[in-house]
Amino acid sequence: MKLKTLTAMALVAAMGTTPAFADLVFPSLSYRTGPYAANGIPFADGYEDYFKLLNARDGGIGGEMAKVIECETGYNTEKGVECYESTKGEGALVYQPLSTGITYQLIPKSAADGIPLHTMGYGRTSAANGKIFNTVFNYPANYWNGASAVVNHLLDVNDGDIKGKTLALVYHNSAYGKEPIRTLEELSKKHGFELTLLPVDHPGQEQKSQWLQIRREKPDYVTMWGWGVMNATAIQEAANIRYPMENFIGIWWSGSENDVKPVGAKADGYKALNFHGVGDDYPIYDDLEKYVYSKGDATGAGDQKGTILYNRGMYAAMLAAEAVKEAQKIHDVSAITPQQMRDGMEALEMTEDRMEALGMPNFGPSFSVSCENHGGPGLVSVNQWDADAEEWKQITDFTESDMDVIGALVDEDSAAYAEENKVEEACS
Amino acid sequence: MIYREVGDFKTTYRADGQTFPIWFDRWRYYVVLAFAFCVVPFIINDYWAQAVLLPFLIYSIAAIGLNILTGYCGQVSLGTGGFMAVGAYACYKLMTSFPDLNIVFCVLLAGLITAMVGILFGLPSLRIKGFYLAVATLAAQFFLVWLFNKVAWFYNYSASGQINAPERTLFGYKITGAETSAPVTYLFCLALVVVLAVIARNLTRGHLGRSWMAIRDMDIAAEIIGVNPLKAKLTAFGISSFYIGIAGALLFAVYLGAVEVGEVFGILKSFLVLFMIIIGGLGSIFGCFAGAAFMVLLPVTLKNLLVGTLGWPTDIATHLEFSIVGLMIIVFLILEPHGLAQLWRIIKEKLRLWPFPH
Repeated sequence: MKLKTLTAMALVAAMGTTPAFADLVFPSLSYRTGPYAANGIPFADGYEDYFKLLNARDGGIGGEMAKVIECETGYNTEKGVECYESTKGEGALVYQPLSTGITYQLIPKSAADGIPLHTMGYGRTSAANGKIFNTVFNYPANYWNGASAVVNHLLDVNDGDIKGKTLALVYHNSAYGKEPIRTLEELSKKHGFELTLLPVDHPGQEQKSQWLQIRREKPDYVTMWGWGVMNATAIQEAANIRYPMENFIGIWWSGSENDVKPVGAKADGYKALNFHGVGDDYPIYDDLEKYVYSKGDATGAGDQKGTILYNRGMYAAMLAAEAVKEAQKIHDVSAITPQQMRDGMEALEMTEDRMEALGMPNFGPSFSVSCENHGGPGLVSVNQWDADAEEWKQITDFTESDMDVIGALVDEDSAAYAEENKVEEACS
Repeated sequence: MIYREVGDFKTTYRADGQTFPIWFDRWRYYVVLAFAFCVVPFIINDYWAQAVLLPFLIYSIAAIGLNILTGYCGQVSLGTGGFMAVGAYACYKLMTSFPDLNIVFCVLLAGLITAMVGILFGLPSLRIKGFYLAVATLAAQFFLVWLFNKVAWFYNYSASGQINAPERTLFGYKITGAETSAPVTYLFCLALVVVLAVIARNLTRGHLGRSWMAIRDMDIAAEIIGVNPLKAKLTAFGISSFYIGIAGALLFAVYLGAVEVGEVFGILKSFLVLFMIIIGGLGSIFGCFAGAAFMVLLPVTLKNLLVGTLGWPTDIATHLEFSIVGLMIIVFLILEPHGLAQLWRIIKEKLRLWPFPH
């Protein structure tokens, strides 16, 4: 009896997920649970709210309604794969898993299924080489741009000379955290600084020994590749050992409000990289208020607007929507396929005027994508936390990173991938 | 009525000692096998393979492995995740070092390497028991994960520290890599599961299995009647690790394709497999399958039901999923401490008497 009801329930459940192809489908592989939820929630809210705005204000994109299917991954790769498999049949146009681990799983699948993958500021850095990674995009910036931007910022602060200085990298001991090491090693040879590596294991609440080492060795600068609870813990530990906050620079994933607010006034001066605007002082927020928030339609609790990661989710959705428009223009159809979406992403060009027209002036760097370069120019800004005002301040413009070093590394790493997986170079 | 021994006469010792003594059971078993081999490959799609069947088959192997050690030999192990990692990394090193080596041999050799590592970490079991052994195997778990993170040789010095399965074929069909098809990977895992389960079942019925069970029930008594504890415990560790290593190799090469040791083979994996055999039933091969099916299917079913059918927010559904799985584990432990296998046994007992229970 019990077994019968269970099987019946399973059957109903299996039937309930029959595909519907009518809309433009954007799966959101989000994580609202687990140790990374504090960072996963605002991104997912921003991502979905932007599509809600497009549906309510413009009637979708090019006349087609956008549909976001949310699937909870908990930042876990196995669940991420399950989410991919369960949503790809519904006409998914582009995947943005917001996890480097899941990205590594999805790269070969995306190539096999022809569904593009947009890993904005995360994922496999060498995917910037579009000749090899045909369906993977990581514009506008990637980890190696980030690593170089940290060093460039240090060069700025030290009038161009950091010879003999010491830099400690505190990183999440995973594919994500290990990404910048190779670039930082190259840069340390080039600029003559010393690099110390301090891995922190998942989920990152236990960092006493790492910070004890920092306290003992007193590196001039500390940079961090952290995510989830690891960020706030690290900043708290830094405050505990009275490490000067202005010498502590996080990657863009370690620079949201959720990471610094728990530390309070002691987090003042902490710096983090970014590749888009901060705050809610953009015309698009008026539209969001009018069409989404005021109708009680905001995703989640609706309390995330204007935060760094909410903005980033919105930015990711905006880039996806713009790529759809490009694809619709190229192929002259409104209901595009994932393959056409890929072409749209490859033809994407973000200019100042375009962002202004969207109500997001100066929100991100202007860049263009090409068949060879899926990574954009890698323009990165530095933000600083103001604990009194409780807000992030953008203290530099979007500046270039050291593409000589990064370009060579991208070619090397993508060539290794191509050889391992027997991928032919495209774009000739 | 049809499910009983009456009238099912055995005329040879061989027939008398078979696994399924009841005619109906035997045929049910063949029908299930025929269905799994001949029907499922034609109706399977990517979602069913990736979300349900592959994890079910692979975790079944891991559960059989742990059940041999914990259920049959009574040695508690919390190092399953670490041993699975050994299997995965051994498979990866074999695949990349010997590109011409067939994937079947890679998987089997990965199992053998894990068996050796398992025997090594099983040595303390000769001196310590119970909780103390559990802690020793826990140390193996953390040490192995740390090792694969620390020593770059294991992941071929890749920048990300991840291992990626290159493409390998068997009889021209792709088994690993990106462009595999669901029926092929499913059949590959199914064939391994069937062979390994049959071997495990017969091992546990034979001399070796009886010596394990003697050690489990009372090791001093077993020693007095002539069971060599060294041999029994170390074979249990070795064979158990062989199975777990194969499960780890399949999990990496066939199911996931890319693996990061800390996340995939962490302590949670050890607990997951342990829950499987506890819920399924200690000391039962059927229990391994039942437990694996329970732990793999329940979250997926709940998710489809709550999010897919009822349209609930994903975070509430996930939290509820955790609570329900946890609650089910507690309920099972209280109401049926011997697991699903015991439930199955009771059903069979009742069926033999049905419809005349008195």
